[in-house]
Amino acid sequence: MSEMTRDHSEYNYDVVRKFAVMAIIWGIVGMGVGVLIAAQLIWPALNFDTPWLTFSRLRPLHTNAVIFAFGGCALFATSYYVVQRTSQVRLFSDKLANFTFWGWQAIILSAVITLPMGLTSSKEYAELEWPIDILITLVWVAYLINFFGTVIIRKVSHIYVANWFFGAFIITVAVLHIGNSLAVPVSLTKSYSIYGGAVDAMMQWWYGHNAVGFFLTAGFLGMMYYFVPKQAGRPVYSYRLSVIHFWALVSLYIWAGPHHLHYTALPDWTQSVGMVMSVVLFVPSWGGMINGIMTLSGAWHKLRSDPVLRFLIVSLSFYGMSTFEGPMMAIKTVNALSHYTDWTIGHVHSGALGWVAMVSIGSLYHLIPILFNKPGMYSIRLVNVHFWLATVGVVLYIVAMWISGVMQGLMWRAVNADGTLTYSFVESLEASMPFYFIRFLGGCFVVTGMLLMAYNCYKTITSEDKAEAQDAAASEAQPA
Amino acid sequence: MDYGTIGSIFTVAVFVFFIGIVLWAYSKKSKAGFDEAANLVFDDEPKQKSSSTNRESSDNE
Repeated sequence: MSEMTRDHSEYNYDVVRKFAVMAIIWGIVGMGVGVLIAAQLIWPALNFDTPWLTFSRLRPLHTNAVIFAFGGCALFATSYYVVQRTSQVRLFSDKLANFTFWGWQAIILSAVITLPMGLTSSKEYAELEWPIDILITLVWVAYLINFFGTVIIRKVSHIYVANWFFGAFIITVAVLHIGNSLAVPVSLTKSYSIYGGAVDAMMQWWYGHNAVGFFLTAGFLGMMYYFVPKQAGRPVYSYRLSVIHFWALVSLYIWAGPHHLHYTALPDWTQSVGMVMSVVLFVPSWGGMINGIMTLSGAWHKLRSDPVLRFLIVSLSFYGMSTFEGPMMAIKTVNALSHYTDWTIGHVHSGALGWVAMVSIGSLYHLIPILFNKPGMYSIRLVNVHFWLATVGVVLYIVAMWISGVMQGLMWRAVNADGTLTYSFVESLEASMPFYFIRFLGGCFVVTGMLLMAYNCYKTITSEDKAEAQDAAASEAQPA
Repeated sequence: MDYGTIGSIFTVAVFVFFIGIVLWAYSKKSKAGFDEAANLVFDDEPKQKSSSTNRESSDNE
């Protein structure tokens, strides 16, 4: 269908460029704050006795920065790019696109200001206070209109599967954000949730787990379904499987939230439903992972010479690993050991650093030369170094948290013959210290990789070279 | 109707809907359309690099 080829100047790459660059910058900020608070857990003096530098205030800043600033900007960039290219049409509205960019940056900046000040609604991953929540809603509705508007005016008959995942992510996040953030304001900076007690907890984790399921999974699967085939130069392994993958994933994820509330005041049957649904989720998750990795079947040799493809494929391996671990941890008896321990933090980071960050980084390395009309990245060697820094960093992090977490779980449940606890809490904390240091080290690896990426991208963007044919960078210019 | 009945009907309906999707996805009729959709990733590339050379000879579905 080469008669359908189009001049790329008709696409809106401007907004994609802005979001792509900000994704890298916010990635450094968010992961940097993560390393700082990891260091505070070893050397508490690092909060300098300043309230706005304490762990309690910087931790939500870290999660918001990496999920919504880094992940969010990467999602905006890739979804705007993919929807244009697979619909072969310019974005529905440039004005709305600009509004989403500046609106999203304003939201991030207000988070950077309000969270260290201690202004929080205290809901995990939804800490921002009500005026910011309203701005998020406005930006998100603009995003929704712009994305689906572009799908509607597409010049091709099919809606490519990546756009289905992006679409599900955008719609569901709108519903989740509005549902969970409903609150009664008492002042400009303070509000109370309209839900109370166990209902509030259930709403919170219905939101919380679907933030994982739709923000951190469906959106990034959209990325996977475009950038893996594109970078590998082959269509997805099975389009049929991708259709089943989509419908199974979106119909199951929404039920998994209660596994965050095992053995709490939540009704028992709700906990059990949450557990069963979480276990079943293993099936579509692995279906999607296999579909992505098998896209390389017959072209495995490309992994040897192309570090960008390696980022994408290794991200899928981490995705497979954490979507095996997650359903297992959702089983109530396993959860009795793992809950409230560092194992949970390890699990989150194998998903967030291994899957979400690495698939984003791979996609951004693919995008940057195309967006700025360059023949390729400034240094493929540096991309390779980044790949190894990221991989070693994530492995150090999650292995440290596994050991620390299982150890904590075992120490907390150990009882003497007379029924008293064998260990005090502080004893378990002392035992975790070496692993906190390994975690800190892993974090340093990851942030160093991000700094190399920023340098490499800066050199690429400012180089004088021009790509001969747009897009050549993506599929061909992959020197060994 | 109580909540239990409504829940049961909904569960069965979702199950039937899902089986329908599986049958549709794996029917011979959908194959051509899916192949076309799968290649959308490459369809808007500039002419000098025809998409067939770029895609090698893939036997992926």
